[in-house]
Amino acid sequence: MKVPCELIVIGGSSGSIEVLLKLLPSLKAPLSLAIILVLHRKNSVESTMAELFSGRTGIPVKEVEDKDAVEPGTIYIAPADYHLLIERERAFSLDSSEKINFSRPSLDVTFESAAEVYGPSLVGVILSGANADGTNGLRAVKRAGGMIIAQKPETAQVAYMPEQAISHNTMDFIFDVSELATFINSTLNR
Amino acid sequence: MINEEEEIELLLNDLFELYGYDFTNYSKASLKRRITRLCALDKFTNYTQLRYRLRTDTGYLKRFVEEITVNVTEMFRDPLFYRSLREDVIRRLAAKPFIRIWHAGCSTGEEVYSMAILLQEANLLQKSLLYATDLNPSVLDKARKGVFPLTHMKQYSENYIASGGTEDFSTYYTAHYGQVKFDASLAEKMIFSMHNLVSDRSFNEFDLILCRNVLIYFDKDLQERVLKLFDDSLGPLGYLALGTKETLKFSSIQSRFKQTNREKIWQKIR
Repeated sequence: MKVPCELIVIGGSSGSIEVLLKLLPSLKAPLSLAIILVLHRKNSVESTMAELFSGRTGIPVKEVEDKDAVEPGTIYIAPADYHLLIERERAFSLDSSEKINFSRPSLDVTFESAAEVYGPSLVGVILSGANADGTNGLRAVKRAGGMIIAQKPETAQVAYMPEQAISHNTMDFIFDVSELATFINSTLNR
Repeated sequence: MINEEEEIELLLNDLFELYGYDFTNYSKASLKRRITRLCALDKFTNYTQLRYRLRTDTGYLKRFVEEITVNVTEMFRDPLFYRSLREDVIRRLAAKPFIRIWHAGCSTGEEVYSMAILLQEANLLQKSLLYATDLNPSVLDKARKGVFPLTHMKQYSENYIASGGTEDFSTYYTAHYGQVKFDASLAEKMIFSMHNLVSDRSFNEFDLILCRNVLIYFDKDLQERVLKLFDDSLGPLGYLALGTKETLKFSSIQSRFKQTNREKIWQKIR
């Protein structure tokens, strides 16, 4: 990358939680950048994802509340049933407007919003899933000068989402989980 | 060449000067998405065209306000929140001779009807008044009618049960032609009125104010102003309920409030 990475947005749908359960424990703390996880899921009564992940990493994991600042060194989780946007002053805004690609949170929405604010210091990653959400968002990340990465479809539980992203975009890298972890640890996290 | 953000600023200035609608302290990221979406829906190729239409066609303002504001809502949205209203809040309001509730940003009224059902089930509806306000007159018209799509009732009924409801939910409405009409007795104590949280003042003193998923569309400065407005509009020991991801933590009023439990309900304690 031409400039240091400040933010990694990782999006996924079915089969992506398993990937993150492998990826997050292998990330080195402290993180010089922020990570945002945008995952499709049922709007379950309790949101336990932050608890699920925080037991697996020494990096602080936080489910976003409206207007929280985006701070380096933290893993943020997009809350269920809201789109997650980022303001110029690097704070989160939540939005409960219509679903996009049958999804709220939508990967496209967060990728596009992050691309506007972070431009070339953003890395967008797309994981396993059964929906084409994320493909357009990654295009916006790339257009703004950021880097885009897909999970190797043959390693994904559901290959459709990374396949769609790959067939409509020029990906910078296509990684399996351990390659992604190595790349984040040795190249992005400084 | 001016950039997109400056174009949006110009458009917002026009709206304020010509029509008195002040969107300048709305969250920029979200507002920009809504404006871009409207441009796509109505086939404007840039913001300048939209701005021109707004300046020259007063009738278009109505559509603009309807489409820019987000009106996604449902009955008993976040059932655990409603369970807490039932068990922790309404029970404590029961002793009052009279209960005044304000739904600020009520949209099409689903949450107001949910509240009326809670009050009815606690035998408190007769001594309650539910003020429901929004800046958007079109959604208020819908809310007044109390008519909602039949297709949503399965979800609402599940929400109702998860919130602790024990009646048969379908006894609260009658269905015709894909729509349901909620029982008129629920609406008897509702007062619908236009009110813009950005520019209008406090108009009464309340025991409970609900404003859920409205503040997320405002920037921090406007959130602070609106939270002060709520503080001014709450009686002693009154309750303030926000959306599941909204918070008082950035606000100066926080010190006067105590969060009641893990739901986003605060009580005014000083």
